[in-house]
Amino acid sequence: MRINLNGSPVETTSRSLSDLVAEQGVNFSSLIVEYNYEVVKQASWNDIHIKDNDTIELLNFVGGG
Amino acid sequence: MAEDVLILGNKRFSSRLFTGTGKFASKTLIAPMLAASGSQMITVALRRVDPTADQGNILAHIPETVTLLPNTSGARTADEAVRIARIARAAGCGDFIKIEVITDMQYLMPDNHETLRATRILAKEGFVVLPYVMPDITITQQLYDAGAGAVMPLGSPIGSNRGLEMRAMIQRIIEVSKLPVVVDAGIGRPSQAADAMEMGADAVLVNTAIATSEDPCLAGKAFSLAVIAGRMAFLATLAGTRKGAAASSPLTGFLRE
Repeated sequence: MRINLNGSPVETTSRSLSDLVAEQGVNFSSLIVEYNYEVVKQASWNDIHIKDNDTIELLNFVGGG
Repeated sequence: MAEDVLILGNKRFSSRLFTGTGKFASKTLIAPMLAASGSQMITVALRRVDPTADQGNILAHIPETVTLLPNTSGARTADEAVRIARIARAAGCGDFIKIEVITDMQYLMPDNHETLRATRILAKEGFVVLPYVMPDITITQQLYDAGAGAVMPLGSPIGSNRGLEMRAMIQRIIEVSKLPVVVDAGIGRPSQAADAMEMGADAVLVNTAIATSEDPCLAGKAFSLAVIAGRMAFLATLAGTRKGAAASSPLTGFLRE
């Protein structure tokens, strides 16, 4: 399955957002997931099933002025 | 002096020094800096995660008593800024948003037109919008009409430490603005922060000068004292200047004759 992840096309076998976060190996304690332009809370990551052509952003807050 | 608070949205700020989380050598310096400076509002930025970089949570270094001011840095259009603001709020960062829309990568000058457009949209959605703008009287009035929470004219280019290069325009904005005026960007020294406050600015936002000093806690404290001194001087309505001298001691009763 091909998704758009953080602005780039990516092949993934992940079925849910939880799987994707684990697959990407990012620290999820402060992770913000935007799924097709909607923020999804961590409690619902398992409920979102990834489809072909989904647009997903993995974001976090960083230092900035 | 009676209690002197700045009200933005539904929050009251007794400290008129806003700070930022950018450029600290270590995130662990942020909480002590906030304690030393007494700053009650601090900016953060939103970015795509970088799995290869340090993924420590910046928010874990900011006490809950301090108001988060997410910025929309990286946005080149109003729509991008609106998207970032909505994400920040959905992620639990509260209603405050610093609008920052920039396409000029040489001087990082804000795009006032797109900033106004983003402000209109976000104010209607209940955000407390703090737009970072080129100092301009017309935009100040338009931002008021758009429902902004404050106007944040730049002193000089971001991170330049050049102080109040826009001094005359900022002074005029302070004179006419119906919104609180927060001087943002370029303030490099406590004396410049004091100058802005003496002029009647409602607050200043200082990031680089504090974060990149050798002792951010001490610098934060210095800026905090300067802001307090400048504010007090403004409230005291200092006397004007004159061309010549005016003796401070009586000019009669001399012992010389």
